[in-house]
Amino acid sequence: MEFLEALANPAIPFLRYALAVGILASLAFGIIGTYVVARRITYIAGAIAHCVLGGIGAGLYCQHKLGGITWFGPLSGAIVAALLAAIIIGLVSLHASQREDTAIGALWAIGMAIGLLFIAKTPGYIEPMSYLFGNILLISEFDLWMVLALDGLVVVIATLFYHKFLAVCFDEEYARLRGVRTDLYYLLLLCLTALTVVLLVRVVGIVMVIALLTLPAAVASNFAKGLWQMMVLATLFCIAFIGSGLALSYSFDLPSGPTIIVIAGLVYLLATGLRQLRTRKN
Amino acid sequence: MTATGAQTPAIRISNLAFAYNGTPILEDVTLEIMARDSLCIVGPNGGGKTTLLKLILGLLKPDQGEIEVLGQAPEKSRLRIGYVPQYARYDPQFPVTVFEVVLMGRLDRIFCGTYARADRQAAESALAEMGLTDLAGRLFAEISGGQRQRVLIARALAAEGELLILDEPTANIDAASEEHLFELLAKLNERLTVMLVTHDVGFASKFFKSIICVNRQVVLHPTSELTGELIRNMYGGDIRMIRHDHRCSPEGHCDHGIS
Repeated sequence: MEFLEALANPAIPFLRYALAVGILASLAFGIIGTYVVARRITYIAGAIAHCVLGGIGAGLYCQHKLGGITWFGPLSGAIVAALLAAIIIGLVSLHASQREDTAIGALWAIGMAIGLLFIAKTPGYIEPMSYLFGNILLISEFDLWMVLALDGLVVVIATLFYHKFLAVCFDEEYARLRGVRTDLYYLLLLCLTALTVVLLVRVVGIVMVIALLTLPAAVASNFAKGLWQMMVLATLFCIAFIGSGLALSYSFDLPSGPTIIVIAGLVYLLATGLRQLRTRKN
Repeated sequence: MTATGAQTPAIRISNLAFAYNGTPILEDVTLEIMARDSLCIVGPNGGGKTTLLKLILGLLKPDQGEIEVLGQAPEKSRLRIGYVPQYARYDPQFPVTVFEVVLMGRLDRIFCGTYARADRQAAESALAEMGLTDLAGRLFAEISGGQRQRVLIARALAAEGELLILDEPTANIDAASEEHLFELLAKLNERLTVMLVTHDVGFASKFFKSIICVNRQVVLHPTSELTGELIRNMYGGDIRMIRHDHRCSPEGHCDHGIS
């Protein structure tokens, strides 16, 4: 109740923004998260997410140190870094004949390191914690519009090419034999994953964004018949996790990111446990 | 289905060689396969069966020589091939329905959005031909191995190709499913060229008009010629045991001192 009143309070717009960002981004999270879980590329998504910090750092540095460049801020930095990371990691995963995981792990760490170096050299005190673990106080109206645009882009592309992505995720070789440029679609899917990751970095932070990308889809996979249903269910679960997480974090004065993730994690463990029990009974 | 005359070759390979990291896999391969033939590709593990298949599908390029499939380069003709991979290599938890899998045979016909009515009808009739209509809405992960195998064949049929290629379809399926599979293939062979890869030499002679032996070299024989001597030549002289009966180990016969 307190949370609902706060939502309506014109003096605290950030809570409304956070909820709006969460609900909008849930669409992209449900759809892209389903692809990521079904294709089993969680660690690739994780590497992309951590590389985002490099872009955020570069954006902050440009904004503060190189004063003149105002259009290149943390958000545009994050988008550029995420797309760049997606393409590099995608090419590594397509062409590396061995030790793909080592190469991706290295990119993961290098991206973060670059970000932290930029932040260290940026004048004024900037708290990397808020980017790593999320801070809804930082969400502005501009962010909301950006999220809306990115979200629209991701949802439209992911839905239009549903059958292509499905085939590329399920059976890449066969898709290639049916004349699909599978490498391109794989890279496109990683780029969409990258944009999706950027969407929610403000709310739950870089470290936990992967959990929010994969947990709703993983919970949904327990109930869904087919990929399409899994996407719809994952979106609904994502909205529920973010909504309840924000409400609890507001009521009990807890950080929003960890609260949302703990709820998502508990539901995931519960759903998986119940499924285990059910299959053992049968 | 385009009517291909029985005298046109479905596959023509001349002087082909392929090496992987400097190791020759296939050498001096010259081969002509007639349309409407039914062939079995056999040979020891590592002998080059899969490589030959990938060359025919255009997934690999030959170092030397030429391949023509259905009168075209393999990259062009692959859309006219119905390819059935091994079902066991699929992610057992992937959330996809049987109907969606079969529709993938029509993937080349859409750019984005949903499949056209003709595509859905082709998928439906392919499912019906394989006797799987009731399973259309089920998850691919839920059905049995033999059923998955037939779904993959239905997917290949939905593509409406002229050449059906199956990779190790008899691995990991039980004897009853195997028998059913060969009944279906015999029926399909009335209108399609059927080519099948196996390491199970035993059954080969029973179902096929021709057999292709692959062990670095490639030799085509009518099945009537398949004798112990031939197999010995193909696998090398040090064979201790080859069994020709159909019902021995499901892993095939090649592992007893051959490979």
